[in-house]
Amino acid sequence: MTVSLEGITKSFLGVPVLRGVDLELRAGEVHALVGGNGAGKSTLLKVLAGVHRPDSGRIVVGDKEKTFAAPRDAQAAGIAIIHQEFNLLENRTVAENVFLGREPVRRGQVDRRAMRAETAKLLDWLGEDGIDPAVEVARLSVARKQVVEIVKALSTEATVLAMDEPTAALADHEVELLYDLVRRLRERGIAILYVSHRMREVFDLSQRITVLKDGAFVVCSATEDLTSDQLVRHMVGRPLDALYPERPAEVGEVRLSLRGAGNARVRDLSFDIRAGEIVGLAGLQGSGRSAIARAIWGVEPFTTGVMELDGAPVRVTRPRAAVRKGIGYVTEDRKGEGLALRQSVRDNALLVRRAALRGAVSRRSGDLAALLKSVAVVSRGQHQEVRYLSGGNQQKVVLGKWLAVRPRVLIVDEPTRGIDVGAKQAVYRLLRDLAADGVAILMISSELPELIGMSDRILVMHDGAIAGELPAGASEEAVMGLATGHAIGDVA
Amino acid sequence: MSLLQETPSRPRRASSVRARRFTLTPTTTVYLALVALLIIGSVLVAIDGGVLLDQGGILNILTRSTVLGLVAIGQTMVIVTGSLDLSVAYLVGLCSLVAAETMAGSESMMVPGVLLALAVAAVVGLINGLVITVLKAHAFIATLGIALVIKGYLEHTYTGPAGSVPRTFQHLGYDRIGPVPIAALLMLLIGAGAWWYLRRTRPGYHMYAVGGDLEVARLSGVRTGRTIVMAHVLCAVAAGLAGVFLASRLGSGAPYVGTDAGYDLESIAAVVLGGTVLAGGRGGVVGTIGGVLILSTLDTIFDDLAVDPFFKDVVRGVVLIVAVALYARRQLAGQLSGRSA
Repeated sequence: MTVSLEGITKSFLGVPVLRGVDLELRAGEVHALVGGNGAGKSTLLKVLAGVHRPDSGRIVVGDKEKTFAAPRDAQAAGIAIIHQEFNLLENRTVAENVFLGREPVRRGQVDRRAMRAETAKLLDWLGEDGIDPAVEVARLSVARKQVVEIVKALSTEATVLAMDEPTAALADHEVELLYDLVRRLRERGIAILYVSHRMREVFDLSQRITVLKDGAFVVCSATEDLTSDQLVRHMVGRPLDALYPERPAEVGEVRLSLRGAGNARVRDLSFDIRAGEIVGLAGLQGSGRSAIARAIWGVEPFTTGVMELDGAPVRVTRPRAAVRKGIGYVTEDRKGEGLALRQSVRDNALLVRRAALRGAVSRRSGDLAALLKSVAVVSRGQHQEVRYLSGGNQQKVVLGKWLAVRPRVLIVDEPTRGIDVGAKQAVYRLLRDLAADGVAILMISSELPELIGMSDRILVMHDGAIAGELPAGASEEAVMGLATGHAIGDVA
Repeated sequence: MSLLQETPSRPRRASSVRARRFTLTPTTTVYLALVALLIIGSVLVAIDGGVLLDQGGILNILTRSTVLGLVAIGQTMVIVTGSLDLSVAYLVGLCSLVAAETMAGSESMMVPGVLLALAVAAVVGLINGLVITVLKAHAFIATLGIALVIKGYLEHTYTGPAGSVPRTFQHLGYDRIGPVPIAALLMLLIGAGAWWYLRRTRPGYHMYAVGGDLEVARLSGVRTGRTIVMAHVLCAVAAGLAGVFLASRLGSGAPYVGTDAGYDLESIAAVVLGGTVLAGGRGGVVGTIGGVLILSTLDTIFDDLAVDPFFKDVVRGVVLIVAVALYARRQLAGQLSGRSA
């Protein structure tokens, strides 16, 4: 079945977000939708999902024109969306989530057995038989939650599946599984709309690519007719300069030093980070990457070993202590832990400073405009609520929040997750500039090209310990080898 | 499902994420606490020279539980849905009056009296629900406003008890099997019905979904507005039943019978004590009934011991806070272990 969107326009509060966009989804085809921050991808997806009603334009399913007044209308037309944020109820079981809104009823009550059996079947079909349909979603890992999302979409007997940044929350090996899954879905004749910022995924998976820029349709082309350079040019409207900034020639004194540090999740950590240095931290999900960050920052403190800051031993047992000692942490969970979504850009940017420093608040915020400018936040002013910003701009606000207290050590966990290539480049520049100002940066990332491109050296985690250290410009294979535990001894 | 026809029939691997280890859920905690309370209370009352769980004691606990139980069962439904109903206390009084005045001592008017009272309750619930979903008023304010409207009506119209129920109708309030009042059994039956509704029917599932995350429910095609309205109607009808029962016990309707007992906050306390999360999406009727029994057992113990009523409230307050603090700790621990799974 073919679904087409024709000439879709949509404005919010008089601000046009979509200006006449066309999109055609065909059975058995993966159609990639790409575009920068605020290009309108998410809005277009929501129009397709029946969440937003377009101001003008047509939605044609098969050969009939349709109006979607609510998500259930889109669902009835065979369209399923996997949203960027997980749409799961944490306190309900996998099966209850999969069939939410469509629970099978038998003799007046919900047929729980059928629900579980159907869910188990779909999970088996995906090769995910390790997930129990009767388990509460809160107990699943991020990757497994995504599987549940996909199962939920499939269970609607969807013929069109739209995925918004499906790999944003996944580790590398899980991305491979998703690829495999997407290909299988395509072979079964499902039309897939694949929204992603990751060039490699777009080229690996899609047959056609549509580019949006500032809410307008730019181009739709067969994937094989496009090079990645051309695609980037379509997206940003200009050729992108080298994505990763230059590395500095030399670095400064040791800022942060760990000697035999460990806790319940990580053990025997010994490494230094110097002023001006960006140290990459690689590892599979669950290897303890984020646990290191949380330990340094005092969320789950080290219980053994020594941590030194500028040569003096310190004990950090609470985030507040970390902040006051000049350690910043940009969390991987931007919306959950990084931002107060309903507060303004201003309040978010000043959050740490107000919390950490004494004295009147308003007097100390005079340089806020300069701060926001330095991180290049695009917003409708300091008083706009951050939840209305795009992912890239939200991340810049998070960075700004830390810059406002001038940290000596900054830990960034997945700093470019779910943001587009232009914003990524801005974040990279910002991190490099910070390092040049003498900040010691520990950068955690699942995206190996980014980690390799940015890091002055790379520490690789495996199973709660450091498996080895690699120099700048190491190959992805070397990193993966250490991360998966195959090459211990060869490299380290 | 077309996608599934090629499904290889593979045996399911022993799952690495177990469905449920034995854990102390809030519901089991509540009933363990109830048993502990009965034991401690029996000992204390015995020291004082009395017996807690004699015929009169059991009767006392169950009678106290009946009205609060009915109101709290309804309150559970709205709280699970992520809402709240502060109008139940005045509604109880209003419904007792509607029932008693309609009956006016006549046996033939018993059924119409009950039905009219419940219909009035349902309409109030409908209004609560519509104010919340259509006018987008926060449940706290919406139901507080409706409570004030009912209060104004009652104060304007009544100065004291009014209407009368026929003698036959008083059987509902006073008949019992041994020490167990019929009305308490009816309350438990309604509790069972509410449990079934929440745990086994689609509208019940959707109440948990809406309370768990309104947006997720909406994007999954749940009719969220309808679900919230339904919860409020059912809650109001439960409060209406409580009013009818009180009319039967008192022999007439009384405007402040609900507010004097503080059924609005009391019912919320019982629900929360029973382990239902105030934010919604988690909990249930079984725990609520446990919470109700704990509160009425406490009252009975204090009465037997002739404790100062002010001290009584202090203890109730402490019990409530301790319970909620315990649940919060447990939930936090659950989330942390979930993260590492």
